[in-house]
Amino acid sequence: MIGRQQIPEELGRYSLLGVALLYLVVLVALPLLIVFFEAFTRGVVPYIASLLDSYALAAMRLTLLTAAISVPLNLTFGIAAAWAIAKFEFRGKNTLVTLIDVPFAISPVISGLIYVLMFGAQGWFGPWLIAHGIHIIFAVPGIILATTFVTFPFVARELIPLMQTQGNDEEETALSLGASGWQTFRLVTLPNIRWGLLYGVLLCNARAMGEFGAVSVVSGHIRGLTNTLPLHIEIMYSDYNYVGAFAAASILALLALVTLVAKSLLELRQPELRAGVARQA
Amino acid sequence: MASSAIAPALPRPLGAAPRPPARARLRRDARPFRVLPGFGLTLGYTLFYVCIIVLLPLSTAFVRSAQLGPVRFWDVVTTPRVLASLRLSFGAALLAALINAVFGVIIAWALTRMRFPGRRIFDAMIDLPFALPTAVAGIALTALYAPNGWIGRLLAPLGVRVAYTPLGVVVALAFVSLPFVVRTLQPVLGDLDREVEGAAETLGASRWQTFRWVVLPSIWPTLLTGSALGFSRALGEYGSVIFIAGNIPKVSEIAPLMIMIKLEQYQYSEATAIAVVMLLASFSLMFGINALQLWAQRRRHVR
Repeated sequence: MIGRQQIPEELGRYSLLGVALLYLVVLVALPLLIVFFEAFTRGVVPYIASLLDSYALAAMRLTLLTAAISVPLNLTFGIAAAWAIAKFEFRGKNTLVTLIDVPFAISPVISGLIYVLMFGAQGWFGPWLIAHGIHIIFAVPGIILATTFVTFPFVARELIPLMQTQGNDEEETALSLGASGWQTFRLVTLPNIRWGLLYGVLLCNARAMGEFGAVSVVSGHIRGLTNTLPLHIEIMYSDYNYVGAFAAASILALLALVTLVAKSLLELRQPELRAGVARQA
Repeated sequence: MASSAIAPALPRPLGAAPRPPARARLRRDARPFRVLPGFGLTLGYTLFYVCIIVLLPLSTAFVRSAQLGPVRFWDVVTTPRVLASLRLSFGAALLAALINAVFGVIIAWALTRMRFPGRRIFDAMIDLPFALPTAVAGIALTALYAPNGWIGRLLAPLGVRVAYTPLGVVVALAFVSLPFVVRTLQPVLGDLDREVEGAAETLGASRWQTFRWVVLPSIWPTLLTGSALGFSRALGEYGSVIFIAGNIPKVSEIAPLMIMIKLEQYQYSEATAIAVVMLLASFSLMFGINALQLWAQRRRHVR
């Protein structure tokens, strides 16, 4: 009796596992594989040549610059927001936490649009900016602003729950022993949150370098000037330069892989970090 | 003037001791006693930054669409082409969320309950749609599902076309929203008391009955939350969709692309009107999800 029941049961378990893995392979693994496959279809030389193209190099430089500005901005904000929200009680805290989540909830295209409505030629500050010769939309500052908006919640969202579970006891002890506020933060809080901080920065950076929709709206697609790497992919692709498009894509796919490996290592070190990922709505 | 500042302290009944600071901290409405420094600085900076980066830019969309007037707004939003794009965005996002709800449960179950070689790698793979830039996902999915692609070639003899059709939109949205369902379910499935499932089976329930009557009731608020998160993400998705969709007017244009098209034609007010419809949907979803999460959490703690 038991033997007869167990066989179909095991069969059921393994066929479910098969379905799960097949779905993952088809939906997630194959797209990753085909990026590298397509990038190297003509061999290594065209691959390298398309990456050394001056427009591709300019796009990489702009992507690095954008991340180099927007990630530190959001890191500073994330620490400040997490300190205020996790360490203190105040009215309207839930509203503030919800507001921080807004960039995750809205379409990237809308994230770009709102900056066009602010700084574009027809926007609120448009006439003033034009009069003073300042270019934000269809220029680098717009790209950086839109990226900052889109990646704005990452660090804060990671740090708030982490600092909330850690409580205030250690900091209060340090203060009562005579440490200054800054010393308390640097020597007590920072070591406690360092992995969470790194985790947030990692995710923030991945999104900052990969953002497409928001940047696409504000960039104006000027080759060599306002093209980031994801926008460069789109231009190459619509020019039917598939090797060029997939070569650029392979760089970003590598970045994604490095991010995932680093993220898994951080999760091994601090398992509670995992819980935060699902909230990136 | 000076007396009004101390006035609130006077009505205290005689002999009542001043409230000790430690207790004051427990009361939410009282001005709390704060030991740690930096509250004003960090909160001030946070509020300033949120206003500059989020609130001010976001308000432009609502002001701009209000200037359009309700009649004009309605006209823009109900143009057949715009309406078709909204229908596709909502429909495809919903379908993708439903597909992922089914496969998400299976995947989350396999990853938490079964031990098999390569489990860690498959588990890490779940996050790939988070980490892979959407433009990369877009061209990769298109290459796979194009009629001569690895998967498209297998489907073509069956008469199924994915790339450049609304079905392609669903595939791209299923890709981006998968992690939300799996990652929200995993911790809950891991915490479930397996003895209850064992008891159900001892009492003669089949595997399916156990799932339907024991597991599903305890995970479904979480499943709903995860699917709603995925739906919300899929609704606004742009990069991974526009390559595979083919962008045929009234057939495979998504709403974010409609905004983009209006912007390229310098029809800013029209673009904003569509954006406001999407924003209202996103905000309602956000509040709905918050409520769902609270409900799911409460249910987990009660059990």
